[in-house]
Amino acid sequence: MSLPDAAKVSGWRSAAIVEAAPLTPRVKRIVLGLDPPLRFRAGQHVDLRLTAPDGYQARRSYSIASAPETPDRLELAIEKLEDGEVSPFFHEVAEVGDAIDLRGPIGGHFVWSVEDGGPLLLIGAGSGVAPLMSMVRHRAARRDRTPTALLLGARTAADAPYREELLALAAADASLGIIFLLSRQTPQGPFDRAGRVDAQSVRAATEGWPGPARHVFVCGSNPFVNAAAEAALAGGAASASIRTERYGG
Amino acid sequence: MATRGFTGRRTPDDHAARTPPGQALTTDFPVLSAGPTPKIALADWSFTLKVGPRPVARWSWEEFSALPRTSYVRDIHCVTTWSKLDTAWEGVLVDDVLAAAGLAPPTGFTLAHGFDDYTTNVPTADLVGGKAMIATAYDGAPLEPDHGGPARLLVPHLYFWKSAKWLSGLQFTERDEAGFWELRGYHMYGDPWREQRYDDDA
Ligand SMILES: Cc1cc2nc3c(=O)[nH]c(=O)nc-3n(C[C@H](O)[C@H](O)[C@H](O)COP(=O)(O)OP(=O)(O)OC[C@H]3O[C@@H](n4cnc5c(N)ncnc54)[C@H](O)[C@@H]3O)c2cc1C
Repeated sequence: MSLPDAAKVSGWRSAAIVEAAPLTPRVKRIVLGLDPPLRFRAGQHVDLRLTAPDGYQARRSYSIASAPETPDRLELAIEKLEDGEVSPFFHEVAEVGDAIDLRGPIGGHFVWSVEDGGPLLLIGAGSGVAPLMSMVRHRAARRDRTPTALLLGARTAADAPYREELLALAAADASLGIIFLLSRQTPQGPFDRAGRVDAQSVRAATEGWPGPARHVFVCGSNPFVNAAAEAALAGGAASASIRTERYGG
Repeated sequence: MATRGFTGRRTPDDHAARTPPGQALTTDFPVLSAGPTPKIALADWSFTLKVGPRPVARWSWEEFSALPRTSYVRDIHCVTTWSKLDTAWEGVLVDDVLAAAGLAPPTGFTLAHGFDDYTTNVPTADLVGGKAMIATAYDGAPLEPDHGGPARLLVPHLYFWKSAKWLSGLQFTERDEAGFWELRGYHMYGDPWREQRYDDDA
């Protein structure tokens, strides 16, 4: 027995880094070229595996930030954990041309397609924006107009990954609302608010909707996800509508 | 083939034998769950044993707390690649729950159910013989909601998604029925020593 859309996970395959550039001071964009392409749904992740000369291996999961419509270029957003084993490798060592082992797509829960409809509430912080970005890009690639609100937490505007791209998408699409919640900087523009994700900002993001969100996706560090899921509940979302992806302690 | 420039951070030798392939040790206690953390009042809590669709025994929190208690120190392994050594738990062995209900293991497979509608499947043989418990305390304190409190299943020898949080009951099934993550691409059994992470892992 399986779900209609259950992901078939590929075996390990090798992919070359075709782009590597900072998105923010702490988050790096890594684009992997895939031939043949990797079919996936917005919200899924891949496992990456690194191998040392003596055969020792480390593997970690990373959400796909690119849209399913570009399955030959897989974009990841990797946040640097200072004491980490794998994420600092992508910040300090990895370069365009390097081959990385990859497996996926993985995850059949934290996924959204335009067919799933809305209204859609997306809440993220740090590299937790990655799977939400895939959903927003998927929606744009399909010219879909599902009412969608994005609530993104960041210390400052410069710490918010994809800020420019998201502002441009929102400017061209009245059905996409975006609020950046800045915790350590005063608002820099009309899309910014001071503070953190709370019930009030959830209500502000979903203002004008006929009813509560049908699908809520919350992604980021564990403390962030706990706080944001509570905020979504307090802001009127039903518990059963909330799906979470937690990146770590 | 080696990844250019990667040396890796090794598990110290004295712990290497206890760390399954592809896992790294952590001293934190990371949290993984598919939705918001449910808050379950002890007055609303109950635990039900079912055979197929039929409920055969049920305990309130007070009744459950009166069952014989067991302490465990075990290593746990999460499919997201962290392992944590020597975690200390207390609760009621599945053996003792069955004994209190006057049951021998009724079928070969079990589906664990959570208050959040989570499910996960475990062969019954992996739950009995002292291998698994319904844990209500961690590290000497009542189990916190984030970690599955009031009570979670603890099957430490399988990947940790099998240790269902916010446990509401165990259901014995004739067939091996896939649970929540098992329907979504994860392995039916989940042995960390064989790296059974995804459904096509041997
Ligand atoms: C489904 C999923 C998707 C993810 N997507 C992304 C993403 O898009 N971008 C991104 O930057 N990161 C993502 N992560 C996190 C990523 O997999 C790594 O955990 C992260 O990069 C840290 O790895 P590291 O080797 O640098 O640090 P590590 O050496 O693993 O450890 C750093 C610190 O974090 C703790 N830790 C390690 N792993 C975990 C864990 N799984 N949960 C909680 N605490 C942990 C350790 O105890 C240690 O203190 C995702 C995680 C999951 C489970």
